[in-house]
Amino acid sequence: MPVEIKNLTHVYMKDTIFQHKALNDVSLTIEDGEFIGLIGHTGSGKSTLIQHLNALLKPSSGNIIIDGVDITAKGVSLKKIRQTVGLVFQYPEHQLFEETVYKDVAFGPQNLGLSREEIDLRVKESLMLVGLDYDALKDVSPFELSGGQKRRVAIAGVLAMKPKVLVLDEPTAGLDPKGRDEILGEIRRLHELQKLTVVLVSHSMEDIANLVDRIIVMSKGKVVLTDTPRNVFMQAEVLKNIGLDVPQVTHLVNELNKKGIKIKDCISVDEAFNELVKYLRSN
Amino acid sequence: MTSIISAQNVVFEYISHDDNKVTALDNVSQEIKKGEFVAVLGHNGSGKSTLAKHFNALLLPSKGTVYIKGMDTRNEENTWNIRQTAGMVFQNPDNQIVATVVEEDVAFGPENLGVEPHEIRKRVDEALKTVGMQDYAKDAPHYLSGGQKQRISIAGVLAMKPECMILDEPTAMLDPSGRKEVMETIKRLNKEEGITIILITHFMDEAVQADRVVVMQRGNAIMQGTPKQVFAEIDKLKSVGLDVPQVTELCARLHKEGIDIPLDVLTVEEMVVELCRLK
Ligand SMILES: Nc1ncnc2c1ncn2[C@@H]1O[C@H](COP(=O)(O)OP(=O)(O)OP(=O)(O)O)[C@@H](O)[C@H]1O
Ligand SMILES: Nc1ncnc2c1ncn2[C@@H]1O[C@H](COP(=O)(O)OP(=O)(O)OP(=O)(O)O)[C@@H](O)[C@H]1O
Ligand SMILES: [Mg+2]
Ligand SMILES: [Mg+2]
Repeated sequence: MPVEIKNLTHVYMKDTIFQHKALNDVSLTIEDGEFIGLIGHTGSGKSTLIQHLNALLKPSSGNIIIDGVDITAKGVSLKKIRQTVGLVFQYPEHQLFEETVYKDVAFGPQNLGLSREEIDLRVKESLMLVGLDYDALKDVSPFELSGGQKRRVAIAGVLAMKPKVLVLDEPTAGLDPKGRDEILGEIRRLHELQKLTVVLVSHSMEDIANLVDRIIVMSKGKVVLTDTPRNVFMQAEVLKNIGLDVPQVTHLVNELNKKGIKIKDCISVDEAFNELVKYLRSN
Repeated sequence: MTSIISAQNVVFEYISHDDNKVTALDNVSQEIKKGEFVAVLGHNGSGKSTLAKHFNALLLPSKGTVYIKGMDTRNEENTWNIRQTAGMVFQNPDNQIVATVVEEDVAFGPENLGVEPHEIRKRVDEALKTVGMQDYAKDAPHYLSGGQKQRISIAGVLAMKPECMILDEPTAMLDPSGRKEVMETIKRLNKEEGITIILITHFMDEAVQADRVVVMQRGNAIMQGTPKQVFAEIDKLKSVGLDVPQVTELCARLHKEGIDIPLDVLTVEEMVVELCRLK
């Protein structure tokens, strides 16, 4: 589902001493079925931006158009928007509120008015997708889980809604590496199979490099760069100046180039491996 | 060096709301030396946070003992001194924020310790500067972004000047430069001020900077050693849900390909040296 953001400005606590312009005239278009990586320094406005996508925040000015419908217009159904655009919050604690893991994941589907069997199926399926054991955890309180387990439950709750646009705010923060790879792998699979439009906010340059079609870079409430991962990560200096970085292998290749070892730019371990083998075998 | 933290055969069971027992620590023993920088790794639910909470008497062992500077955590009279010795930065900064203004939040710890007002002022300014948040001193912490909140909670513990800092995933929400700054801060506190550091993290590139790495799995410490020793065991780490830095992974793959490169390369700098040597 295509998403269009037009001249979006958001001012928190307008007309108080805490007034803060978190988004400053942001315009961008996300194509149907695109996988977007949203990166930016802390406080750059990423969470503020994506909370507009399911109408959790209202713009101070500007419009958000999802599948042709202006969701900032009066009278639009919030329920329908939230069914279409699934948002996984930065802090899973903000998303968990039921007594058991089952109830928590079932909450969204229940609101959709689905049958008991369908809800059951979706809960099982979603918990499996995030690598949690249904039988062992369904009756456990989400508040008695470890940090990473809570996050998985929060992601499962959103997946259970089967949204058309999936927005994830640092979904892998606090996950162990295996969990991170598994969950990102699932998201990619859903994206490919169901043509799901995905917006992934992340501070991991490695994950972004491996996953997304296009990167949007934010700094101080503005979009400062948008391009393919390869083109974005070629600009190491620009990224460093705004608090970001490049994947470790990209950094390695840059350092090698400085030493006169000429190999092509790389953004993944696979690429770097191939390039280095070629280089080392070249004489 | 003497141990600042000594945990012996610690077992910990949570009693859940429906009276089930969950064994989160299953006979863990650890000696942390004064001035040491220890990184704790492990899959989600492996018991890292539970162990950390034993180090400042937030949790008491169901079996076994924990001593902080010789003080038994089970003895309530010690709790105050223990918390002063071992300061904790929690996994979720929201749980740590107590005041409505950033600088008051940072001042909260030292105030509780009875530190003099002008000394508090100095510590608060220093701590905020260390984490790069001096411009936000008068702001409301609840309205800060995720990463900004995390910096405030680190400043709060810094201002208490503890001998030992336990940081539970302090960089989980930070941008790359924020992560680097926090790691630099931690290392400086460790090297220059001799503060003992226990860092829980899921970032392998942070763990490589420690003196010692401890790997937890299902309530047990299953591996430990220098970063070079631990990260050279890629297969074992992967089998317990962990990973290695990209350059370490790259070396392992090159090694398998028959290229003469060591398996314990942990940083970009080391790898550049190795590759220059090969040609
Ligand atoms: N509820 C709020 N009230 C006032 N200001 C806010 C509020 N939420 C965020 N801000 C401010 O708006 C700016 C953007 O915040 P936002 O949470 O969107 O950043 P972010 O890019 O998601 O950062 P992070 O990577 O740390 O999560 C920050 O300077 C923050 O302090
Ligand atoms: N309050 C609680 N009540 C019951 N069980 C709990 C509670 N807190 C944690 N547990 C359980 O104890 C085990 C260890 O949890 P702990 O939080 O120590 O893990 P962790 O290694 O810190 O994980 P993470 O990387 O996800 O933060 C887990 O199985 C968890 O479900
Ligand atoms: Mg955010
Ligand atoms: Mg934890």
